[in-house]
Amino acid sequence: MLSVEEVIHIERLARLRLTDKEREMYRRQLNDVLNYAARLDEIDTSNVLPMYHVLPVTNVLREDVPRENFSQEEALSNAPLKESGFFVIPPILGGEE
Amino acid sequence: MDLADLTAHELLDLISKKEVSPQDIVKSCIERIERYEPIIKAYLTVRDPEDVINSVRDNEPYSAIPIAIKDNILVKGLPNTCASKILSNFIAPYNATVIERLNKKAFNIIGKTNLDEFAMGSSTENSAFGPTRNPWDIERVPGGSSGGSAASVAIGSAIWALGSDTGGSIRQPASFCGVVGLKPTYGTVSRYGLVAFASSLDQIGPITKDVTDCALLYSFINGYDPNDSTSLDIEPYRYSPLKGDVKGLRIGLIKELLAEGVDPFVNKCIEDAVRTFEDLGAIVEEVSLPHISYSVPTYYILAPAEASSNLARFDGVRYGFRASGKTAEEMMSNTRGDGFGPEVKRRIMLGTYVLSAGYYEAFYLKALKFRNLIAGDFKRAFERFDVLISPTSPILPFKLGEKVENPLEMYLADICTIPINLAGLPAISIPCGFVNDLPVGLQIIGPVFSESKLFEVAYGFEQATPFHKRRPQLGGKPYGL
Repeated sequence: MLSVEEVIHIERLARLRLTDKEREMYRRQLNDVLNYAARLDEIDTSNVLPMYHVLPVTNVLREDVPRENFSQEEALSNAPLKESGFFVIPPILGGEE
Repeated sequence: MDLADLTAHELLDLISKKEVSPQDIVKSCIERIERYEPIIKAYLTVRDPEDVINSVRDNEPYSAIPIAIKDNILVKGLPNTCASKILSNFIAPYNATVIERLNKKAFNIIGKTNLDEFAMGSSTENSAFGPTRNPWDIERVPGGSSGGSAASVAIGSAIWALGSDTGGSIRQPASFCGVVGLKPTYGTVSRYGLVAFASSLDQIGPITKDVTDCALLYSFINGYDPNDSTSLDIEPYRYSPLKGDVKGLRIGLIKELLAEGVDPFVNKCIEDAVRTFEDLGAIVEEVSLPHISYSVPTYYILAPAEASSNLARFDGVRYGFRASGKTAEEMMSNTRGDGFGPEVKRRIMLGTYVLSAGYYEAFYLKALKFRNLIAGDFKRAFERFDVLISPTSPILPFKLGEKVENPLEMYLADICTIPINLAGLPAISIPCGFVNDLPVGLQIIGPVFSESKLFEVAYGFEQATPFHKRRPQLGGKPYGL
């Protein structure tokens, strides 16, 4: 059974602020899904290889040549806050704790 | 019947014979939008009708056949919300590859359609902008996540549409809305410009009124794209008129997908479909796929894991909605907490958990092993059978609000469609009956790259049955007016 502390831990890993009410709801619902997922313990899979991808392709690379791309203006066109061609965000350090 | 009730190939035929004005086709769809959109709510963005009419060009017949695009496929200059508050102000700065391909044929985009937020859901109720309603019964859901695309085609506010399918999001709404939907082989349609949900499972595909339209539209969107590293450099599918000969075809009826939990009325429709195929000269036998019942837990570990990683980009820095915060991290957490809806948060939490230290092996790695077992089941089945069949959905379209309180119950209803994405296979859903005027879908599954065979089999069934000709009747007058 997931504890509230574990839910808070996941919340921090996911950078996802939840309310107390959401925390309790997700604790319950995640438990339901994880308990159901425990069905996967019914079969011994120690000799089965994991399938990371259905396609037999690996290391798809392109030629390292410059090509047309977004202008700075286009790249910034959806930015919530910008200044002199940069994205603007709150300070990374300080503020809390 | 109005022009909006016809299929694309019927309309193209009328255009080539000069028996219809191309503008009138477009106007017919616009009229459907004006009449039914207030209640069906299939669209999140409708282009200015004047612009749509003015986009019709001489000698470009496809410019007269309006197409609707799911609002997670980028169309340059139009909003792309993914039905999420977090992208509510986002304008697409470039075209998805599928849109570039359609533009070459002068396709006329009429609007962007509603979906479950970030394509996560099976009812289109998880849209931040409100649910879409099923044209066959407005008290019921259209399915999801491509519910807007399926509803728009069913009601005739578009002639055809594109959706995306990660665990059934094209096929299940096609089934619920009585139309045709194809989830192509993984890697045949470029994902460039499709907002990623679970990258190893996502595919774009057509939603249409019949199989011929489906084959036609698929022929335009499939093919290699260097901008998608999972796109396959193989000979693309090219359309040629379908014949529908299924004589001698070996069809496997998946035993596990007709077991518990399947609505008896749905079962009855599938039994009838089997008889139709037998009458057409096909050989139908039951086949067991022993690991297929593990598909739902496998999927609901893998898809959220990939989603939790893909959705990390929505942090309020470069685009989309931003909440306030004293530090960058606080701003990001608040943005995501305020910007994402309940289902998306649930999957991010689940995905983050199964990828976190100490749980990776117990959940994520184990699910990858089951993915291999499930794909192996299909491989063995295709040694004996040309195609496999099952219901598309074990249940009929359900009422709005009926399942929102119980996510697990909603997940379990994806049992028939999920395994196909896990194995990377193509599958098509076609109408195979009605229960009290609610459509039922038949799913036909093939080996990789067997789209042309799927079209033939589906066409053979379609031509022997009347279901694709039915259109929803909303009482003959605009609902609620």
